[in-house]
Amino acid sequence: MSNNNAYWRANLRLMVVLLLVWFLVSFVCGILIVDYLDQFHLFGYKLGFWFSQQGSIYFFVALIFVYAWRMNRLDKRFGVDEEGDD
Amino acid sequence: MSAQFLTYLFVGATFSVYIGIAIWSRSASTSDFYVAGSHVHPIANGAATAADWMSAASFLSMAGIIAFEGADGARYLMGWTGGYVLLALLLAPYLRKFAKYTVPDFVGDRYYSHAARLVAVVCVIFISFTYVAGQMRGVGVVFSRFLEVDINLGVVIGMGIVFFYAVMGGMKGITYTQVAQYCVLIFAYLVPAIFISVMLTNNPFPMLGLGSEMNDGSGDYLLDRLDGMTTELGMTAFTDGSKSTIDMFFITAALMAGTAGLPHVIVRFFTVPRVRDARISAGYALIFIALLYTTAPAVAAFARINIINHVDGIVYEQAPEWFRKWEDTGLIAWLDKNEDGQVQYRGGSALDPATPDYGQGRGDSGERMLNNAASDNDNELYIDRDIIVLAHPEIARLPDWVVALVAAGGLAAALSTAAGLLLVISTAISHDLMKKTFMPRINDRQELLFARIAAAVAVCVAGLFGIYPPGFVAQVVAFAFGLAAASFFPVILLGIFSTRMNKEGAIAGMVTGLTFTFGYIVYFKFVSPESDNAVYWLFGISPEGIGTLGMLLNFAVSLIVSRFTPAPPAEIQAIVQNIRVPRT
Repeated sequence: MSNNNAYWRANLRLMVVLLLVWFLVSFVCGILIVDYLDQFHLFGYKLGFWFSQQGSIYFFVALIFVYAWRMNRLDKRFGVDEEGDD
Repeated sequence: MSAQFLTYLFVGATFSVYIGIAIWSRSASTSDFYVAGSHVHPIANGAATAADWMSAASFLSMAGIIAFEGADGARYLMGWTGGYVLLALLLAPYLRKFAKYTVPDFVGDRYYSHAARLVAVVCVIFISFTYVAGQMRGVGVVFSRFLEVDINLGVVIGMGIVFFYAVMGGMKGITYTQVAQYCVLIFAYLVPAIFISVMLTNNPFPMLGLGSEMNDGSGDYLLDRLDGMTTELGMTAFTDGSKSTIDMFFITAALMAGTAGLPHVIVRFFTVPRVRDARISAGYALIFIALLYTTAPAVAAFARINIINHVDGIVYEQAPEWFRKWEDTGLIAWLDKNEDGQVQYRGGSALDPATPDYGQGRGDSGERMLNNAASDNDNELYIDRDIIVLAHPEIARLPDWVVALVAAGGLAAALSTAAGLLLVISTAISHDLMKKTFMPRINDRQELLFARIAAAVAVCVAGLFGIYPPGFVAQVVAFAFGLAAASFFPVILLGIFSTRMNKEGAIAGMVTGLTFTFGYIVYFKFVSPESDNAVYWLFGISPEGIGTLGMLLNFAVSLIVSRFTPAPPAEIQAIVQNIRVPRT
């Protein structure tokens, strides 16, 4: 049971970090400080506009793949992975 | 070959493919029918989830909304993609480990309560029918404009196709049809976007073209040019928003939590073989979705530029063919305020009231007469937002086959979502109501028969929604997301992350969240629509965003009530411990 608890805590730590990034790129950069960021430019985009209409979506995709990859490693490390190969 | 012939050809060809797949993948058991036997490859499930998720609203309406709202459109772009992060990290893997068929299954078992299961069933059916009604309007619009058949006949054809593969194939048939539909819809969305991106910026990637320089030799960035054009015509600059920050925040959060809590999306993660597949499958789904969602703002900006360039200042008598066709369909209107025979496109809404009410006969230039009064500005043009994606290829004078392709894509988007929703409705009835509540002794074959009958009835009801569209469809879309955010999302999340959460807490939370959200939306949309503006809103939050507050209330009430009531039984706590770990 304590092994499972340690696994769960590691899972929660990873999750909190990734959700902070999720909040930062969407709610913070795309909404709360969007007007401030708009004074900077990324090619032809105002930076805030880029975050809210393009960048946040790219980050979302990356976050899920990072999570899946790290969780597969956690599963193995704590010996709770499912049988069967890819 | 004419555009209409090509449209018949494309639509006919894609429909044959869907039927072929349905025959090939018939369902033999309830497990096949509900979750495709849990044998779907994560990439296939990703594509199916994407098609399931991207509805007529994403395909037909979203770019149009962004084209007219500019920066404010970001709430849909972030809201409808960010929810997948919540789904992948917080819900999907655990629900897959739980290994049941439906969302009410989880709610009923985790909270050891038939009452909780029934509340969940009612929510599932309400949310799904709300959503289906919107899809049927999409099918009707595409058929009436491009195939020039009666809207009702179009709806009947669409329902016939869905009936065939949903009733016969269940989840198995729907899954593989949705994979094909994803391919059709993404191809149909990207091809015109690439054409137009090259025409305006020479960049073949629309999402990069949006941030590139115009290719007319001026060296201006496209977005800067568009900001200039819109400001000059007295409109809000494209990259500036007009919604308040708090409202944007709450709407985006409600759409995200709502996305993660929508039953027809969640159930897709029951169809993959393993927990690790559920995690990665959400990632594939979001890649497939992001392909369309990062293209949509580019389509929106290109369309706004093309409309201003090709419409503002033209003489009505020389207006292009598409302009008159959409006017005949009732989705474009022109009121010649200064009687110069030219179309002036300016800021503000042209008509009072804002949507056209056509009268009899034709005006001096041959335009359809309107009963609306002229509004107090120089704008003479009304364009329905829903036509932007469909009309844009014609506005930009793309070849006929592209126009035909877009029609087939719009149908694929609407039909795939409708099928997914109908399956969720039929499962809720046959599995959660019949098998689990009222007739627990029926066997697998009888349950499968009930599922097919329920699917058939649901298809017919959805068809009626398409033929007699309830006038409140536009008003109730906020319901689907708000209610999912305020009910399912917290109840499932707490069920996984809090072993202490009991049925008293969960039910009290759901009831509070639902009542509050439902009441707020009903008040501003139906009881007192004249006060539906920021002055009267609670904290300045619109009905669209109120689901977020409902969700927070749900969390608070659940946590407090569960602390003062008995802990859940030991075997329930063991289930919670068990779903947290992938290995059985």
